Amino acid sequence: MYDTQNKESALSQDDIKISARNVQVYYGDNHAIKDVNVDIEDKTVTAFIGPSGCGKSTFLRCINRMNDTIDVARVEGDILLDGENIYDPKVDPVQLRAKVGMVFQKPNPFPKSIYDNVAYGPRIHGLARNKAELDEIVERALKRGAIWEEVKDRLTAPGTGLSGGQQQRLCIARAVATEPEVLLMDEPCSALDPIATAQVEELIDELRQNYSVVIVTHSMQQAARVSQKTAFFHLGNLVEYDDTDKIFTQPEDPRTESYITGRIG
Amino acid sequence: MPLVWIIAIILAIAAIGFLLGRRRVLQAVQGDRRKLHSLPNYYGSNVLISALVPALLLLIIWLTLQPIYVNSLVSSGLSVSDLEQAASPDLVMAEIRRTADGLELAVASGTMTEDLARDPGADITEVAEGLQEAGSIVTSAVTQPILRAAQQYRAIMGTGYTMMFWAVVLMALGGAFWGLRNARPDYRARHTVEQAIRALLVAAASIAILTTLGIILSLIFNTIEFFRLYPATEFFFGTNWAPSFSGRGGASDLGVLPLLWGTFYISIVALTVAIPIGLFAAIYLSEYASPRVRAMAKPALEVLAGIPTIVYGLFALLTVGPLLMKVFGPDALGIMQAGTAVMTAGLVMGIMLIPFVSSLSDDIINAVPQAMRDGSYGLGATKSETIRKVILPAALPGVVGAILLAASRAIGETMIVVLGAGAAARLSLNPFDAMTTVTAKIVSQLTGDADFASPEALVAFALGMTLFVITLGLNIIALTIVRKYREQYD
Repeated sequence: MYDTQNKESALSQDDIKISARNVQVYYGDNHAIKDVNVDIEDKTVTAFIGPSGCGKSTFLRCINRMNDTIDVARVEGDILLDGENIYDPKVDPVQLRAKVGMVFQKPNPFPKSIYDNVAYGPRIHGLARNKAELDEIVERALKRGAIWEEVKDRLTAPGTGLSGGQQQRLCIARAVATEPEVLLMDEPCSALDPIATAQVEELIDELRQNYSVVIVTHSMQQAARVSQKTAFFHLGNLVEYDDTDKIFTQPEDPRTESYITGRIG
Repeated sequence: MPLVWIIAIILAIAAIGFLLGRRRVLQAVQGDRRKLHSLPNYYGSNVLISALVPALLLLIIWLTLQPIYVNSLVSSGLSVSDLEQAASPDLVMAEIRRTADGLELAVASGTMTEDLARDPGADITEVAEGLQEAGSIVTSAVTQPILRAAQQYRAIMGTGYTMMFWAVVLMALGGAFWGLRNARPDYRARHTVEQAIRALLVAAASIAILTTLGIILSLIFNTIEFFRLYPATEFFFGTNWAPSFSGRGGASDLGVLPLLWGTFYISIVALTVAIPIGLFAAIYLSEYASPRVRAMAKPALEVLAGIPTIVYGLFALLTVGPLLMKVFGPDALGIMQAGTAVMTAGLVMGIMLIPFVSSLSDDIINAVPQAMRDGSYGLGATKSETIRKVILPAALPGVVGAILLAASRAIGETMIVVLGAGAAARLSLNPFDAMTTVTAKIVSQLTGDADFASPEALVAFALGMTLFVITLGLNIIALTIVRKYREQYD
């Protein structure tokens, strides 16, 4: 008993990347996230599942303070990244977002060349001293985004001209280029066909070696395929959070069981 | 029978036809409207349309053709000697028409009896007295033959109008009966009404297009006429604008270059003012302003677009000009001679153009998908970085379109130039010199007392044509760019 507790605290010190404590989110009068506590581990893929409108995307957007750009949104509680509260007034949300990258539901490449899309982050953060370094960063990011082979001969072509799956991998490469520590993905495959989805899922699995990945998904099969930990949200509450295998085989909460067997949601 | 009455009678026939048609078809099915092909009102409307449309068309055609026919009839009745006294047959006919109108007026106001007005042997002085009493102008040109012709004209016109009245009313009645005959339950009245609505809309659209064509044609013909009198090369490449008015005689220099230069110089000054201010205002409104500020500021900015340009002209003349004189005038820097200058007009025109640039750019910036902003913020970009590096490049084609539309407004602007820039056509680089533009010169060429067939007046059409081609080109470029931009996100 004592031993396990000790083991858990050891885990929290080494491997917990993000920990949320009593997080509440309001959109105007609407209480969208109710008292969420969760610890997200480093070098792990964590999936957020739940029916539409359950608050999983909202919570995801709290982790890099993207909700700041919505006027009516209000966040309470603490979210710690490496033990530091990201809602501390001293924290600059702009710098935070460089550390916590995000990939969106719909591929959103800028109407620029493929190269400029990836170089966008490194340029605004001054990560490269010269053109050669920037080239190197872009190439590395595109390789990590598993799209280098497809685009290496047409880096000056517009990013919007790629196919949907390529666009999404380009957006992942773009997010990776700023060397984030955490990668947030908001339903990254919902606009993609099965083949592109498989490519992106494979990529997510590779990204786990370097980053802590948090993915919101509507597909329970996808959650089961790519994630090690799964959190089930329902009506703004975090209902259950555990190893993915356990959630899908022996859920503790009846609501989780109903959802994964298709009775609610 | 006045025209209003004829129209009122047709309308009454049509309205009664509507009610009858409705009733007839309802009676035919014993009030069970489910057995009708269309709703009862459609049968009514069908009768209304068949009564109204042919009658009105006939009325319009009759009104156009009758004066032409009567004119030729009366003028063929005039002897050669009658015509020889006057300068031209057109003038004689105008005199006859005026006298006929005068007789009509005199009879209507009771200063002349109908018998006198019709009497071919009536004494000319007696008739003239009656005409004067009724308030119409009698010139010395009213001679016995003219009076007789006028009486004849009046008589034929009167008969023509009576015939027209009966023809139109019969047409309306006939149409109504035709429509009523069709008011059967299985008649597809809805489709006929649908076609009539379509025809109405097509007519409205064609009137707009035909008018544009008419304007262009009148410009082209007059321009060709001008180039017959004045060499085109001297017009397009002449560097001197010095029209001589007919009174003084002598040849005019009608080179367009000083005017084009003035137009472009003033437009450039105006755009230099309007583009940055308008664009920055648009960025503030669409990206930074809270919804409440935006809801108030945007209409307030657009009020600028509603101010009549003559008011801007006054502002230029009375406020901006003197203000600039204080800084650049002879008492200060000494590079400005008078309050009217390119700078004065340009600055004020720039203010006028701000809402054009800002309102359009604001819409275009708003049309950039939120996903672009999210993507940029998600990578750790600040607000201004996002605007500079993502939003403006994405919105650029649309913004360029907005600017080109503003430019064609600037080129076509007249009142501000007339009041703010002076009237001197001059090729100069000093923005504090008075200059003038194509539009301002069109006004002054046509409002002078030059003979309308002289090159000095006809040059206005050539100027108008030049301007039209330039602004048309700018508009086409602008629309092409805007359309291309739209394809990107739709």
